Amino acid sequence: MLIKTVFAGFGGQGVLSMGLNLTQAAMQEGKFVTYLPAYGAEVRGGTANCTVSISDEEISSPVASSPNFVVALNQPSMIRFQNTLQSGGVMFLNSTLISVPPDRGDIEVVSIPANAIAEKLGSIKSANMVILGAFIKKSNLVNLQSLIDGLIVAMKGNQKLIKINNEALSAGFNLV
Amino acid sequence: MPPVTYRLHAKKTMSAPDALLALLSALKWRLRFTVAKVLMTGNAAIGEAAIRAGCQCYFGYPITPQNELTEYMASNLSRRPGCTFIQAESEIAAINMVYGASVTGVRAMTSSSSPGISLKQEGISYMAACQLPGLIVNMSRGGPGLGSIAAAQSDYHQSTRGGGHGDYRTIVFGPSSVQELADLTHRAFELSDKYSIPAMILGDGMLGQMMEPVEFKHEAPAQLPVRANGLRGAKGRPSRFVRTFTSNPAELEELNWSLFRRYQLLQKNEVSCENYLTDDAQLIVTAFGIAARIAKGAINEARAAGLKVGLFRPITLFPFPQQQLKELAKNTKYFLDFEMNMGQMIDDVKLSLEGAGEVAFYGRPGGVIPTSTEFLRVITRLYYQKGLS
Repeated sequence: MLIKTVFAGFGGQGVLSMGLNLTQAAMQEGKFVTYLPAYGAEVRGGTANCTVSISDEEISSPVASSPNFVVALNQPSMIRFQNTLQSGGVMFLNSTLISVPPDRGDIEVVSIPANAIAEKLGSIKSANMVILGAFIKKSNLVNLQSLIDGLIVAMKGNQKLIKINNEALSAGFNLV
Repeated sequence: MPPVTYRLHAKKTMSAPDALLALLSALKWRLRFTVAKVLMTGNAAIGEAAIRAGCQCYFGYPITPQNELTEYMASNLSRRPGCTFIQAESEIAAINMVYGASVTGVRAMTSSSSPGISLKQEGISYMAACQLPGLIVNMSRGGPGLGSIAAAQSDYHQSTRGGGHGDYRTIVFGPSSVQELADLTHRAFELSDKYSIPAMILGDGMLGQMMEPVEFKHEAPAQLPVRANGLRGAKGRPSRFVRTFTSNPAELEELNWSLFRRYQLLQKNEVSCENYLTDDAQLIVTAFGIAARIAKGAINEARAAGLKVGLFRPITLFPFPQQQLKELAKNTKYFLDFEMNMGQMIDDVKLSLEGAGEVAFYGRPGGVIPTSTEFLRVITRLYYQKGLS
């Protein structure tokens, strides 16, 4: 089955790394994957989003016309992608930064106060991992362990970073 | 990121400890990378494939959306013994460095995106005149002018018609996945060397920046053949000349004939394409590169709805698989050309069909990425308009 997810937010929130970690983990589990980033010319503060496709079969188009999941880290991203989400799809919101919920009744909304939780854990930068933890629990796309294995490689063995990200992932995972 | 390793042939005179180290790292490389697939951007995959194909020189100048390739070569090619990475002062300088490196007989490449590729055209024409191989990668973006940084296919005409001045062509590949980018990089170097014609990979910003698992299947022979006409010092032999100017038109005519014969050989022996679900198709979509991927998504949905639609995807854009497409017109009357421009490959489609089929067109120019759902609507409308069932 082909599942498409859009991660969106502003540059610097770790939107692209969320998608990349998920893609890496799914690939390790033997699935077909594509990861398609889209970002403006500016690095921080501009818009950023990526589309991750995970499937048991070869993936034709890496573009998502109507994704199964949308993960929005800020208000403009939620507004931009709320109408693309499939009917019956799930939208994950960073409720610390998104005050107005989406305008649709046919989707499920999972609100995670990601920034608040990350701040409590000690690093606001790990907000993306909080929401990613919640995402994989709810979507059941990959195992938590594959994601953690991938993180260890991505963090190049930096124990401090691995610990922070691990805690954030688990916090999100245990939230839903 | 793969580890930096040294291939044995890159350094011919090697001390014993160095050779041992090189052997060990080569083994490490094999263990890690011939077994498992790695997740890579298309740009990085070209870089890795080029290094494995024995590319010794990379010259580039930054431009989005191909910077990851320049970056990959800066960190991976530059550390290899006997290899050169230069960030040139301009695109024009970079292509002329490829020209210079190629004259000496080594495998060399450059990469850029649409506006930068336009700047390189003079150099490419000169390389064609000197019958020099070399690889030019175009991760094209929306145009005309400086355009946008989003993916587009608006450089099809420029790529397949030569691009610069003079009566010449380059070998052009239109890959549609990261795996194909890697495979075709290898093939481009091989064909370019075999025919002494510059080769080009026509990708786009999306292919360059998207990540997919990739497996590097090809490895250059430990010792690349030394090109007979390379300029490597004239000691003990008469001087050779490599030049782009002659005051004798007859001599130039002979060069043009020689190039033309090679284009015919390419057309005869080296075309490649993919036929997807074309056997019973009533309507065949023609598309290349990333547009073909999007089309495939739409075709799968159309098939699920019972519409007999197939896909013809040229992999070599020059030479264009003319015979292979004409063959399809025996069973199918309707064709739908789909491109991320206002209709360029459609010329080749029509020329190949020679009136044997009816060709409709759908395109999105400027860097707008069409979706499969959108294209499915186009397929469905045409299918019923033509009364197909």
